[in-house]
Amino acid sequence: MTSHAVLQVLLSGVMMGLLYALIAAGLSLIFGLMDVVNFAHGEFLMVAMYAMFALVGITALDPLLLVPVVTALLFVFGCLVFSGIVRIAMRAKTNLGMVQVFATFGLGMLLQGVAQLLFTPDYRSLADSWIGGKTLSVFGLYMPVPQLVGAGVSIAAFAAMWLMIARTDFGKALEATREDSGAVALVGINKDRIFTLGWGVGAALVGLAGSIMAIFFYIHPGVGAPFALIAFVTVALGGFGSIFGALAAGILVGVVEATSALVLSPSMKSLGIYAVYLAVIFIRPRGLFGSL
Amino acid sequence: MTEVPPLAHMPGARHDDYDAGRRRQFAVALMLAAAVGTLPFVVTDVYAQNVFILTLTYVALSQSWNILGGYCGQVSLGHAIYFGIGAYSTVLIYMKFGVTPWVGMAAGGILAAVIALILGYPCFRIAGHYYTIATIVIAEAALLLVLNWEWAGAALGLQIPYAPDSWRTFQFGRNKLPYFYFALGLALLTWILCWVIQGSRWGFWWRAVKDDALAAQSLGVSAFRSKMSASAISACLTAVIGGFYALYVSYIDPGSVMSFELSMLISLPAVLGGIGTLWGPALGAAILIPLSEITRSYISGSGRGIPLIVYGTLIVLVALARPQGLVSLWPTRQRQMRS
Repeated sequence: MTSHAVLQVLLSGVMMGLLYALIAAGLSLIFGLMDVVNFAHGEFLMVAMYAMFALVGITALDPLLLVPVVTALLFVFGCLVFSGIVRIAMRAKTNLGMVQVFATFGLGMLLQGVAQLLFTPDYRSLADSWIGGKTLSVFGLYMPVPQLVGAGVSIAAFAAMWLMIARTDFGKALEATREDSGAVALVGINKDRIFTLGWGVGAALVGLAGSIMAIFFYIHPGVGAPFALIAFVTVALGGFGSIFGALAAGILVGVVEATSALVLSPSMKSLGIYAVYLAVIFIRPRGLFGSL
Repeated sequence: MTEVPPLAHMPGARHDDYDAGRRRQFAVALMLAAAVGTLPFVVTDVYAQNVFILTLTYVALSQSWNILGGYCGQVSLGHAIYFGIGAYSTVLIYMKFGVTPWVGMAAGGILAAVIALILGYPCFRIAGHYYTIATIVIAEAALLLVLNWEWAGAALGLQIPYAPDSWRTFQFGRNKLPYFYFALGLALLTWILCWVIQGSRWGFWWRAVKDDALAAQSLGVSAFRSKMSASAISACLTAVIGGFYALYVSYIDPGSVMSFELSMLISLPAVLGGIGTLWGPALGAAILIPLSEITRSYISGSGRGIPLIVYGTLIVLVALARPQGLVSLWPTRQRQMRS
């Protein structure tokens, strides 16, 4: 194998990994904030992709212009899911952990069903766009433009999140609520409001990822499941609740996937991810960057 | 030295009442099983009988899951791995070596228990959501391996060759009765096992581990050993049922016996009916399986997603409105006594 091929695999892995990190970021944010794993996370991604599909169909604008619209829609969607379902699920007195798992999982099924009803189970894809189907070549290394844009957007989103957490009042309230959701009431922070907005931001992040993936990936009702599994693995690898752990773990997952597709076979590419994940959590249950 | 009064098994319930209550439960289960046993004579329609068999299979499956998930509180969403082990052991041992499927079912059960112990060793060092996600990932990894395992039919799966009707080969052609009674037997067996566990000290240890693992350990209960034993029993039963299912449908492939959807289907009846209860899995399966079969046959037609919507809505509603499951709607003597 030439060093050139190795570089190409690494590059593809890192680009895909940045996208995985972006998908996982919202899951990690929500878990860190309130110890709830959103088992409908993959369906949030699917909703974002169909939202993009529908908006492109209606407006005939370029998908790239609609990315902010889809992201905003998913923000609202996330807020609604929290106040309509998760807030109530968190009140359960028995089987608390399971109620959250199955309430969000049931929601995921419901969303899949609705997507089938509205759009049929057919595979859809967006018509040509400014960046769709184009490939850039630098020093003989190939970079599909949509993936490149996705990687750039992911880096920008993580930078924005860092700024938000470090510089804004909302970010500080988020961190404080994560530390101790009971005590924050004493300093006048409305816990429910922070939770709602946290779900909004989490869903917006996966909306951002989904709206870009819609440009180069097939859209169908079951599209979310494999990505949700990768997001779970990424979040557990990076350490639940650690957003920048998710960034590092996402890149690791992308590179491991690309490598195992090459070394094993494309059909076994996920096996490498699972193996690395299991090895890490058995040695270090809290994940690479998690604090337990 | 002062005499220490014996501890009552349950707060507010006297020993005798508690034992009488348990005996009554057992009698009800036997009578219910007998009543269900007459069903195929009342309803002779083959399609309906097929739904009965599937329902009973899921009663047994969900009850097996309940042993680990309900009584011991370890939410596994990867039980399809044990189902698959049972199904593949049974079919492979029969097809490749010509040994009767009965041996395959038993071998599958033992193999699944051993694998559950091996997997449990690292897995039970992690808890809660971490454990749940690990079970999903392990089952997916196993699915991938079987999908690429040429000797076991890979993605195409395995078709059990046709043989004349006999109990030795577990083939009965179009006659559904033997399958029906075997499934009923499995459902009753798992129920009785749960009943025994619930009354034994293991059951109390497991529930203590579920409620508060640290507190249980401070009283000398080994959380790790409790989880391991619950996991092994649960896996063994799941695999035996998997073996039966394979013989019933006579065709298996990785997607139908090892998928994540199957893991969910195994846990959902217990969740719907009531986690950690004797009757929850049976009630949940009796609602969910006919519902999904009916919606699949009559409403879905063109894959319009109605079954998913019905299922999803039901799960969300029960999770939000009745976190204890539907059995909690049933007024029991014990609850009346407690209040």
